Amino acid sequence: MSARNPSLDGEWLDEAATHERLRRTWRDAPGLWGALTTLDHKRIGLRYIVTAFGFFALAGIAAFVMRLQLAHAENELVGPDLYNQLFTMHGSTMMFLFAVPIMQAAGIYLVPLMVGTRSLAFPRLLSFSYWIYLSGGLLLWVAFFLNIGPDAGWFAYVPLSGPQYAPGKRVDIWAQMITYTELSSIAVAVSTIATILKQRAPGMALNRVPLFVWAILVMSFMVLFAMPSVMITSTFLLMDRLVGTHFYNPAEGGDALLWQHLFWFFGHPEVYIIFIPALGMVSSIVATFARRPVFAYPLMVLSLLATGLFAFGLWVHHMFATGLPRLGNSFYTAASMVISIPTGIQIFGWIATLWLGRPRFTTPLLFVGGFIVVFVIGGLTGVMLASVPLDLQLHDTYFVVAHFHYVLIGGAVFPLLGAVYYWFPKLTGRLLDERLGKVNFWLLFIGFNVTFLPMHYLGLAGMPRRVYTYSAGLGWDGLNLLETGGAVLIALSMLLLAINIVRSLRSGAAAGANPWDADTLEWATPSPPPSFNFAHIPLVTGSHPLWESERLRVMRGLQLDKRELVLTSVLDAQPDLREPLVPPTIWPLLAALAVGGMFLASIFTPWAVIVGAVPIAITLTAWFWPKGKAEEEAEQ
Amino acid sequence: MSARDLDDRPLQFMGDLSQLPGHGHSHRSLTWWGMMGLICVEGTALALAAAAYLYLSSHERQWPPAQLLPSAGWGTAFTVIVLLSFVPNMVLNKRAEQEKLGPVRLWMVIMTLIGVVLVAIRYFEFRSMHVAWSDSAYGSIAITLLGLHTVHLVTDLYDSVVLTVLMFTRHGDTGRRYVDVAENAIYWNFVIYVWLPVYVLLYLAPRWL
Repeated sequence: MSARNPSLDGEWLDEAATHERLRRTWRDAPGLWGALTTLDHKRIGLRYIVTAFGFFALAGIAAFVMRLQLAHAENELVGPDLYNQLFTMHGSTMMFLFAVPIMQAAGIYLVPLMVGTRSLAFPRLLSFSYWIYLSGGLLLWVAFFLNIGPDAGWFAYVPLSGPQYAPGKRVDIWAQMITYTELSSIAVAVSTIATILKQRAPGMALNRVPLFVWAILVMSFMVLFAMPSVMITSTFLLMDRLVGTHFYNPAEGGDALLWQHLFWFFGHPEVYIIFIPALGMVSSIVATFARRPVFAYPLMVLSLLATGLFAFGLWVHHMFATGLPRLGNSFYTAASMVISIPTGIQIFGWIATLWLGRPRFTTPLLFVGGFIVVFVIGGLTGVMLASVPLDLQLHDTYFVVAHFHYVLIGGAVFPLLGAVYYWFPKLTGRLLDERLGKVNFWLLFIGFNVTFLPMHYLGLAGMPRRVYTYSAGLGWDGLNLLETGGAVLIALSMLLLAINIVRSLRSGAAAGANPWDADTLEWATPSPPPSFNFAHIPLVTGSHPLWESERLRVMRGLQLDKRELVLTSVLDAQPDLREPLVPPTIWPLLAALAVGGMFLASIFTPWAVIVGAVPIAITLTAWFWPKGKAEEEAEQ
Repeated sequence: MSARDLDDRPLQFMGDLSQLPGHGHSHRSLTWWGMMGLICVEGTALALAAAAYLYLSSHERQWPPAQLLPSAGWGTAFTVIVLLSFVPNMVLNKRAEQEKLGPVRLWMVIMTLIGVVLVAIRYFEFRSMHVAWSDSAYGSIAITLLGLHTVHLVTDLYDSVVLTVLMFTRHGDTGRRYVDVAENAIYWNFVIYVWLPVYVLLYLAPRWL
């Protein structure tokens, strides 16, 4: 009988001894080797977060330089070529290297903790995905500093990006960066979906899953169906440029609009891929600081699902100016307006939650307030742009720039910064300073609106996007200068965030396991969590485990001396299997080098795809090949 | 460290997981879910390439534009064999779920050989398309569609070779290996299913459109 088996966890070992055994089982090798071989979702997640914020800073600097250039008419700070590179780098980095990875990173770090498991599923795939992501980002930015940065905009329309109008390697680098980042994103999505569906703690039936986890699940499914589109379309572009295919060449039966269809079939869901996790963050923050469950949980879940579904039916609204059939346009106008309904339901859901609760206006909740105000404005201009006649007028003007910054910064960056203040204590064990946090918020909120609100007017007054300068006397000077002033405030607010983080890491107040008195399982383990996450697997008996019981209900019986998880059934999370987990390994890094090397070389010769398959096959085989007896013994 | 340091919450032990089995087949296993994710991604990519094929064909008065029709012989042979391979593949899948080492080894070898034959046929199929990807947009999308399916075909063949070798080593006779074999067979079914629309587009559509 296992009750006497000392290698299984249980009441008969005291907690100190249990922790010591688990720590030995789950630790990484020390030093650099440990860093390269780790499969710990928290270490890799944190790495993703730091890297993504690094790219955020670079893209922010690019934006700031553009704002300086536009501060007054006929400025000569930046020339047209560099300006083209700057807005391409800014958009591409924000979308592909910051927004999607940071949202997935939040899931990588938090989802296993929130569902009460010890690891993300397929941890080797996760490790592989990080190295691929990092390689893609480095490729883009190294190229930029070598003055071969892409310059055809973040959606790289053909024919501008095609072989005829964009000679050289710039667009190839852009297109291959897409391959890296989307491969990495798909890998993370597969791991995350398997974790959420199969590794939830016993008892966490689907109707008890935290809204944040639901949001990450919906986002991950969207990644599966949206990212292949951009990979296909950028591969077609590379082939047109490198091996002489004619996908986008009208002279040989190709079609430039094929690019737009395939790109926006990805590009529109992309916006929701960024936005939906942010909704999950907002739900977590609102519930905790209103001190009550989120109002109308089933409707909130259905709204997330509906948003994820509708997002695939809107892409043509990016193409109203291309002369498509009228009937089609009407359909996409209707779809674009319909999608505001589930979002509206959620916003009313949060307002109801705050109304019925006893809200504490801490920094995270302030950011949620900022999100609601800014995002609703962006949503309203979205409904305006969904109507074709208006869109035709405003297409390619600063009105559109204003709209999508209200949607993306309002919809994603405000909730994300709220989430930084909210979960920072869990990641580091220390609280961020509240006073600095509030100044941080107000600087950003004011700076953001000063920068982007006037753009609505400038767009209406005819200022086009993507011009490196403009003539004096068009009436655009004053507002552009004001916007640049707003950008200074945004930069200051980001500096303040950095200062707050550094100060807290040095001398912040200790957070303890659950500083906010929150309800979900990530707060049931120490801050920062130990490598094994939970000493005992939680047993979930309600939707708010930490609010419903003074005691933490747990199950015993997983091994202490081997890495082991429990798999549960998809709907009701009934315990089903014990799943052994692989120990740390270097093969994902080597496989990433092989795959990344092949991608890089294929920019220069198509033979790289054939020759490069050999090291890829070798590393993947070594990755897959069973090591020793660990797995077999886990069966017993 | 004591339990109280965790969250100031006393623990309450509610049950024991130690008697759960160490592996399970089909949707009970993580491998199955990983495989389904892969199938979603690759299926989407193929569906979008098929959409691009139809989109480009809708712009032409004649399809294929001013070129020879592809010869359907090799493609039809491929279709017949790949459809028939469903039977041994499902036998392999069942034997793997029953965890019978001898039959699993036998059927893995058979499936691997079928894969080799199909890859060989595929080589002649490329030649029977009578078009290069640089000839026209038709050539680009037709060769790419065939190429995409070939990537799946070759990947699965390589997986099968590695797994077959593995089943003859000391690592073979374990529950988790049988899960791998069963899931690899599921992926082969995907390779079969997605071939049918590709066949219709490449060989029948040019005759109908």
